Amino acid sequence: MPILPITYVSTSTREMSSWRTSKPIIEYSKCTRCAICWKFCPDVAIDLVSDPSIKSPNEKFSSLEAPLINLNYCKGCGICATECPFGAIEMVREEI
Amino acid sequence: MESVQSHRKIMTGNEAVAVGVKLAKVKVIAAYPITPQTTIVEELADMVANGELDSKFIEVESEHSAMSAVTASEASGVRSYTASSSHGILYMHEPLHWAAGMRLPLVMSVVNRAIGPPWNIWGEQTDTFNQKDTGWLQIYCESNQEAMDSILLGYKIAENKKILLPVMNMLDAFTLSHTSEPVDVRNQKKAAEYVGDLELDSKLDFKNPAGYGSLLGPDGPFMEMKKDMRDSMYNAIGTIKNEISNFNEQFSAELPGLTDNFMMEDADYALVTAGAISSTAKYTVRKLREKGQKVGLIRLYFYRPFPGEDVLKAVKGLKGLGVVERNLSFGQRGPTYEDVATSLYGRVDIPIRNYVVGLGGRDIRVKDFERMFEDLVEGDNEIEWVNVGVK
Ligand code: SF4
Ligand code: SF4
Repeated sequence: MPILPITYVSTSTREMSSWRTSKPIIEYSKCTRCAICWKFCPDVAIDLVSDPSIKSPNEKFSSLEAPLINLNYCKGCGICATECPFGAIEMVREEI
Repeated sequence: MESVQSHRKIMTGNEAVAVGVKLAKVKVIAAYPITPQTTIVEELADMVANGELDSKFIEVESEHSAMSAVTASEASGVRSYTASSSHGILYMHEPLHWAAGMRLPLVMSVVNRAIGPPWNIWGEQTDTFNQKDTGWLQIYCESNQEAMDSILLGYKIAENKKILLPVMNMLDAFTLSHTSEPVDVRNQKKAAEYVGDLELDSKLDFKNPAGYGSLLGPDGPFMEMKKDMRDSMYNAIGTIKNEISNFNEQFSAELPGLTDNFMMEDADYALVTAGAISSTAKYTVRKLREKGQKVGLIRLYFYRPFPGEDVLKAVKGLKGLGVVERNLSFGQRGPTYEDVATSLYGRVDIPIRNYVVGLGGRDIRVKDFERMFEDLVEGDNEIEWVNVGVK
């Protein structure tokens, strides 16, 4: 049986943090929970979580699922920050 | 007895190939037409349209897509086929590596045609010599019979679990592709039993998603996979020999070994060729033998894996050897010369000459072969262009 180039490990479980030169920080007071960042993240690093204690623009949004970035899987590409229609994500340079 | 095994028909090389594909129970065909391969895929499209062949025929917009389509269908465990030529196979170059690297036992036919510029649709083998390092096994046919048989043999070898690499079958533009010869059409039932059903241990499975060829770092098994591919190809020679004798036995066929040694037993001088020009070379050998000259021919039926040990065995005792290339590598001698010289290096001491012939369909005549044999007496040369500038 040859060695086949087939991997049963999903890209969502591949640690990507070493690639990062800057990291996305969500300013939750601007976040409307639209989930566009969640949809665009190429490395499935963003989860949607139910947590009313997370800040929101007003109480109408606090019952909706909020995006939560798992930085182990984030490669710092900045796509989420570019795509967020509300400017709620800022890319912050990593300290070396 | 014979009639049960096969029946004889007059057909062109391209027809013989199409019938071979039908005999091999191919289930998916994706191809883009290009002269002189066109009549292969036209014939197959007809067979699918009139219900003679139970296959899916995918019309694609390019050769790159053709190879990608059959890569995907083969990966899902379905026997697949494509064919191309010249600029078409050049456009396929990238997905050729993917198909081989994914260890998919595809078979494809290539009708060898020159590469532009300037545009030229006639015979020459540079198109597939350019593909010799893609991980595909390479077979060069001399007759329409071989063109048909090599499709069946090709699937059998490619699908062997010890090999699992794709096979490229070559036939010369027009000389074989569009010229009619008698061909023993193998019995459909027997051919079906011979190739059996494709069984891949690992195939695309929607219930068990996986990454195919996805990113691996320098530490990952990248280099190990390449080594495994190279080993599987290089060590395939024994298996190929067994499969050829098995094929000959089952179909009362006459496929040669990886090399076809013609009148080599007591030869003093010999040429190495591949493809249809070998027939003219054999005619010349016979003619010179009648005059008492001890000459012979080594035809490369397989070019990848390269049958170096077989060539070495065949050349023992020669006083001179000539390697005939119907292809061109700029800035070095021909690739066949390199492969032959590498196989003989340090093991026999025979002067080797290198000839370039027949580019862009240029005629290769008996008198050209006679001259090549004559020149062998002089020993080594740099590289020599045959029948060039003489019109
Ligand atoms: S920076 Fe890129 S990888 Fe990281 S969370 Fe945003 S989109 Fe995903
Ligand atoms: S795209 Fe912006 S606003 Fe929408 S969920 Fe993501 S961070 Fe919040």
